[in-house]
Amino acid sequence: MKPDFEQFKDIPGTTIFTIELAREGFWLNQFCMSLRTEENRKRFHADERNYLDEWKMTEPQKQAVLDRDFQKMLDLGGNVYFLSKIFAAEGKSYVQAVSTMTDMNVEQYQQMMIDGGRNIEGWRSKKERGEA
Amino acid sequence: MARITGGVTTSHVPAVGHAVDAGKTQEPYWKRMFDGYDFSKQWINDNLPDVVVLVYNDHASYFGMEIMPTFAMGIADKYGICDEGYGPRPIPDVEGAPELSTYLAASLILQDFDMTILNVLDVDHGLTVPMSLMFGTPDKWPVKVIPLPVNVVMNPQPSGERCLSLGKAIRKAIQAYPEDLKVQVWGTGGMSHQIQGARAGLINEPWDKKFMDDLVNDPENLQYKPHLEYMIEAGSEGVELIMWLIMRGAMGDKVDEVYRFYHVPASNTAVGHMIMTPKE
Repeated sequence: MKPDFEQFKDIPGTTIFTIELAREGFWLNQFCMSLRTEENRKRFHADERNYLDEWKMTEPQKQAVLDRDFQKMLDLGGNVYFLSKIFAAEGKSYVQAVSTMTDMNVEQYQQMMIDGGRNIEGWRSKKERGEA
Repeated sequence: MARITGGVTTSHVPAVGHAVDAGKTQEPYWKRMFDGYDFSKQWINDNLPDVVVLVYNDHASYFGMEIMPTFAMGIADKYGICDEGYGPRPIPDVEGAPELSTYLAASLILQDFDMTILNVLDVDHGLTVPMSLMFGTPDKWPVKVIPLPVNVVMNPQPSGERCLSLGKAIRKAIQAYPEDLKVQVWGTGGMSHQIQGARAGLINEPWDKKFMDDLVNDPENLQYKPHLEYMIEAGSEGVELIMWLIMRGAMGDKVDEVYRFYHVPASNTAVGHMIMTPKE
């Protein structure tokens, strides 16, 4: 059976963490895993650039981390569960971090969730939305 | 002989763990959700199993991308609590069921499920949040646990058919175990949620409710639902729901639905929770 990763690309505003993307993001995600100890969190926060240079990440991956550009990190092979170590280490919640990837601020996003979440209508297909 | 006495499904949102640990369960944002588990705490107290086979996924807390097992099973005496970036949750370690889990892992391999064997494992919110929801904040957990981590992080994930079949194989193995033990199987994760990208925050209540109906009444068809549908309709992380199929497979053909609860939101997620028992 031939894997079909193309089928995921029509889902709007969504990056599916495939085995291919996982390979591209390996070192970015490894860096994230290193933040599971307090010692490493301290070292990272003390000098982020220096700490990132210890990992075999690409320059765009490092820059995306420095910018806390989570969408960019996803595009470059990061996965949100790995990336959560970056924002968790800063005392931020999933809601706070995830909202930065949407067109809402955190208050608007939180209100949307309390009101029942994002309605799926209009969010099923890029083709339907005229994005592809 | 060992018996499967019940099945539980529940979401395992990390923020729920924070709310428990920080004593916020009675705050307005959380109260309605936690109230939804009052029945369950009483039920499990009245129907306490000896062992829970707890199907969950690790969230890059113990497994990185160095090793990514599709199906794994803990066979240790004890499981520590992961540091997920903010220090470990202040909860008791989880006691294993070494004899039963060793037997179960061996039986599953012989039934063609190539389990990765975990003699060492720390568990994350995927396992501990369901424990907190069902048992509250005891000094010691009242059951032994067999962790069964499933890869739902990296695509491809195991198919729905494979998950339902794994549940059936668990049932077969448990029913052939000579010791008189009561065993529950829990399937965790879901329901609809997406925690990434411009589409984050997606919730699809009608789809979730249909999934619950089908899980009870029509698992033989539900198993064929393609992952693409989970991703589109229930969000990129909604695919965790395949783990509920493992629980369902372990219940046998027919079940009695004991309890159902649905609530939006917990953090970014629709919380779904069910209790069912095998129909005798």
